Amino acid sequence: MIRLTVNKQNVEVEEGTKLLSAVEKTGAKVPTLCHHKALTPYGACRLCVVEVHAPGRPPSLHASCSYPALDGIDVLTDTDRVKRARRVVAELLLARCPDSEVIRRIAAEQGVTEPRIRSKNDDCVYCGLCVRMCEERMGRSAIGFSGRGPRKKLESPFGKHNEKCWTCGACNFVCPVGKKVSVLASGGVPIPILNEYNFNLDARPAVSILYPQAVPNKPVIDKETCLRLNHEVCGICEAVCEAKAIDYKKEDERVTLDIGAVILSPGFEPFDPRIKDELGYGRYPNVLTSLEFERILSASGPFSGKVQRPADRKVPERIAFIQCVGSRDNERDYCSSVCCMYATKEAIIAKEHAGEDLSCDIFFMDIRAYSKGFEAYFESAKKHGVNYIRCRVASIEEIPETKNLKIHYLTEDDRKVSREYDLVVLSVGMQPPKNVDGMAKTLGVELNEFHFCKTSVFHPVDSSRDGIYVAGPFTEPKDIPETVMQASASASKVLSLLHDVKGSLIRPKEYPPETDIEGQDPRVGVFVCHCGTNIAGVVNVPEVVEYARTLPGVVYAENNLYTCSNDAQERIKEKIREHRLNRILVASCTPRTHEPLFRNTIREAGLNSYLFEMANIRDQCSWVHMHEAGRATRKAKDLVRIADAKAVMLEPLQKGSVAVNKAALVIGGGLAGMTSALELAEQGFDVHLVERENELGGNLRRIRYLLNGENPREELKTLIGKLEGNARIRIHKGANIVSIGGSIGNFKTKITTGGEEKEFDHGVVIVATGAKEYKPEEYLYGRDERVMTQLELEERLTQEGARLLEGGKGRSKTVVMIQCVGSRDEKRPYCSRLCCPEAVKNALKIKELSPDTHVYVLYRDIRTYGFRESYYSKARRGGVAFVRFDETAKPEVLGNGDGLRVKVHDRILDMMLDIPADLVVLSAGTVPHEDGKAIAQLLKVPLNQDGFFLEAHMKLRPVDFATDGVFLCGLAHSPKSAEESIIQAGGASARAGGILSKDSLELEANISHVVDEQCDGCAYCVEPCPYQAVTLIEYAWLNGVKKTVDINESLCKGCGTCMATCPKGGVYIKGFKLEQIGAQIEAALQALP
Amino acid sequence: MEHDGYDPLILAFCCNWCSYAGADLAGVSRQQYPTNVRIIRVMCSGMVHPNLVINALTKGADGVIMCGCHPGDCHYIDGNLKAQKRADAIFLMLEDFGLERERFRLEWVSASEGIKFAEVMRQFTEEVQKLGPSPYKA
Repeated sequence: MIRLTVNKQNVEVEEGTKLLSAVEKTGAKVPTLCHHKALTPYGACRLCVVEVHAPGRPPSLHASCSYPALDGIDVLTDTDRVKRARRVVAELLLARCPDSEVIRRIAAEQGVTEPRIRSKNDDCVYCGLCVRMCEERMGRSAIGFSGRGPRKKLESPFGKHNEKCWTCGACNFVCPVGKKVSVLASGGVPIPILNEYNFNLDARPAVSILYPQAVPNKPVIDKETCLRLNHEVCGICEAVCEAKAIDYKKEDERVTLDIGAVILSPGFEPFDPRIKDELGYGRYPNVLTSLEFERILSASGPFSGKVQRPADRKVPERIAFIQCVGSRDNERDYCSSVCCMYATKEAIIAKEHAGEDLSCDIFFMDIRAYSKGFEAYFESAKKHGVNYIRCRVASIEEIPETKNLKIHYLTEDDRKVSREYDLVVLSVGMQPPKNVDGMAKTLGVELNEFHFCKTSVFHPVDSSRDGIYVAGPFTEPKDIPETVMQASASASKVLSLLHDVKGSLIRPKEYPPETDIEGQDPRVGVFVCHCGTNIAGVVNVPEVVEYARTLPGVVYAENNLYTCSNDAQERIKEKIREHRLNRILVASCTPRTHEPLFRNTIREAGLNSYLFEMANIRDQCSWVHMHEAGRATRKAKDLVRIADAKAVMLEPLQKGSVAVNKAALVIGGGLAGMTSALELAEQGFDVHLVERENELGGNLRRIRYLLNGENPREELKTLIGKLEGNARIRIHKGANIVSIGGSIGNFKTKITTGGEEKEFDHGVVIVATGAKEYKPEEYLYGRDERVMTQLELEERLTQEGARLLEGGKGRSKTVVMIQCVGSRDEKRPYCSRLCCPEAVKNALKIKELSPDTHVYVLYRDIRTYGFRESYYSKARRGGVAFVRFDETAKPEVLGNGDGLRVKVHDRILDMMLDIPADLVVLSAGTVPHEDGKAIAQLLKVPLNQDGFFLEAHMKLRPVDFATDGVFLCGLAHSPKSAEESIIQAGGASARAGGILSKDSLELEANISHVVDEQCDGCAYCVEPCPYQAVTLIEYAWLNGVKKTVDINESLCKGCGTCMATCPKGGVYIKGFKLEQIGAQIEAALQALP
Repeated sequence: MEHDGYDPLILAFCCNWCSYAGADLAGVSRQQYPTNVRIIRVMCSGMVHPNLVINALTKGADGVIMCGCHPGDCHYIDGNLKAQKRADAIFLMLEDFGLERERFRLEWVSASEGIKFAEVMRQFTEEVQKLGPSPYKA
């Protein structure tokens, strides 16, 4: 070993080490330019000079990158002589390349902003990085220096373009002044590796983290493009990785797993619009797919969220969205269900990003805003100025000079029109995943006519093979909430199938008993991480460690190359024991990723895991102040001081727990309620099913047939049979809920049924109170018996059959259906989702029973989403007349003596139609059940403005309420089909089953705590609590009554609203006490000198 | 950001779920901003008591910025909207304490807005720089 001193600090390095490494080991910073960890030292730029004092010799300056570390020498990195020398070097570099940003920054760091000598405006600093890179790492030697002294020149052999260069681009990449060296070598520029995550709109390296949210958040090597793997050259990543994490020899492994069930969720493939040549995608650079545009809008996308055209980065002024690209055409007779809304969303966001002046036009056939909240969103888009053009697009043509695009289209009234845009976005549809046929064959599951996975209405997550369940767009194009619900519903099936062996592979972790630190003064141990060079390359880590030792309560401090490594965990545990540490502070990266690891480590050493604090000196310091080493070091010290201020005030915290009563209450005995009751019982839990009526079945009793031919009556009978035959299910019919008390894990509910009162305990609640058909007040309904609703028609078609449609004397009857009755109007602004498929279903039934009957469907938008579209096509082919009317010109129904007449303005013919009708069928909307309000109050859960229950998150938590332990499914959530109700019910059962399968629930530790002495019961905090976790209570005290608040620990999530509302410090969040945050503030304000 | 011998000290309260993550993403994507900001992590912008902000500003902080999730994205339903209401109160209190309202700011920064986080910090630092040192600075 070689022993030397650097700035009077002792350091030991191995023989053969260069001085620069020895210097860096002490944390001292030396500027470099021609140095690269993966290349041999060169000593060309002399920026890294240091002063070397060798015994018996005069002090001398040497380039530390190439000078060896010698025994017994003293090195000084910061003397005036060194600084002067570096300044001269910086000045010469700057004079040579005054336009280079890198050189200007390097010079500025040495205090040089303008060189005193004449600038040369050269494009090369002769650092030799490209030459060494090409020769040493790529083995090509396609570039080199010729000449000497002032005639030295960077060029390719013989000054000619040469074949040795394979334009890998390593030379360009490593050049500090941004010279295109490859052009010099071979005339070529490297072909970028396109970034698939951003749909090839930008480039990525051959080794990269695929996207910011990737799990695990680690870089991967791209086998296809890595030069090391393909040509045995390069290997730079291995040379620079301090953690030595690169292993080129790793091979793919074949793994065999024993499993009891499979869930298939392979997703979908976006439609490739190249097939539709007339749209010009792939030929015109400014025609994009919606997914590409989505990435452009994203803050983490190729243009950082700026709305720009990919080819020329011009900010567009007019954007067109073209709907149904790869949906609703001859080859794909289905609707992709999501494109109308995502186009609307993209248009709104584009306007938000680019400004209100951006014009966004959406070319569409029908706007399918059928899901919960969508109609309101669509209306708000129109208010934002998004323009909807109902038409059919014929073709897109590029204007060569401007690269703008002309859209040729046919308007609703059959006129040919063209409009010009800067950018066109194609709303591409969903297709089955790639190689779906092969996958289906391997797995043994059947596909449907569109090559999506085959399922049925009443078994919507079962594939054709037992034990294989499906979720997501693999079964049908669908949006996020439906996908999330179906994924949970699949999980519920698996929970039932495998309930005997559930949890049998889990091994609980054992921890040593916890050390009692009561009465001990804080003894803080500080561990400062280098994170390789991620932190230490900017922040002077040893200086931070020295500083930490001076802070209150700190008894130990050290630095680690990687504090998160396995050996560092052992070291932390060892130091806890050695120094009796009772608080641990790690200064490294972010607690969001690493706090759990360190908490676990200190718990393994017997410390309560909450006696831990982190200072984020990487993500929020060294990485964001890369060129300000001094100030970053100062800030890192500040951050450690702030963290220490909190650390000394940390208290051990315990997670509370509540026992779980393993029974469920399901409110509502319709399809959703029955399904979730059965699923929970099959998972192995007791269920109380409470139904207000004297019969189970709800709305399903009124459904007589389905579009796809399944028999709902049979399915209902089977389902009721299963429920009644299941010993775990207690059915309470004709029941009324009196009260529901308690919270997650321990509810107590009182009901009355048949004049008697019952009470039972349960751990979860599923709300499935349903909805019903709107009773129309318009179109003569109730006044003329020939006017009926769709459900009434369905009933009569089943009872009376073709008789209902016989006109007598060979006359054909006419049936007129009117859509959106009681939906999408001022009173009920939402879309009822069910009525379009229902109208198509009944129209087809009529045509089946009596082909000569005329059927008119008067509509605003036909919303036959998903595979329902093919039935709409079938109805049109079968002669059903679809007539569109405008919301401002609703049809009129007139009853004059014998006949009914329906008047409507036909938009295509632009004339009033006067249709004599025998039957008028109203597609009445779906309205929430009036019981909902009472149930909402009993459970303290919210309803939306339309009266449907409001879930915790519209997209990501579609079956949960914000209140833990209470779940939602069926029509009570929003209008939906039988299939969708079953899926949501399954989803709710999986979520509920997740709670019931535990014996006790672990609660959050960082939750609210009342300081009774300071609380005077003002109750300011009660109402703002988003979880209803705070209640005002009174108790007898000193001959009087003391008011205070009580926190329900199983409901509290620790958001701290109560703490911020309290004027008296009467309530705090454990781990985020006002005093603790206050101490952090005080520490932050003691700025360092 | 040192300028005219004045180097402002800025405190940023960042909620754990969105803004603190946004600050981390600024780091991951190497967005550079001035070293003047000290981030204090809180679980929700709705947990920051107005007194904490006022205390910081009257004990020498030159500026305080509170960052939360965008409306509708709050991990705790609507803590950010509560923070917004408190911000209105804080502005009134600033007046009472003779402080410029520009010394306090509320911003929505999501976990994917690393670039925005850096941009907001740059802007706010610049603005506080222009205001000069806090009158409460010793």
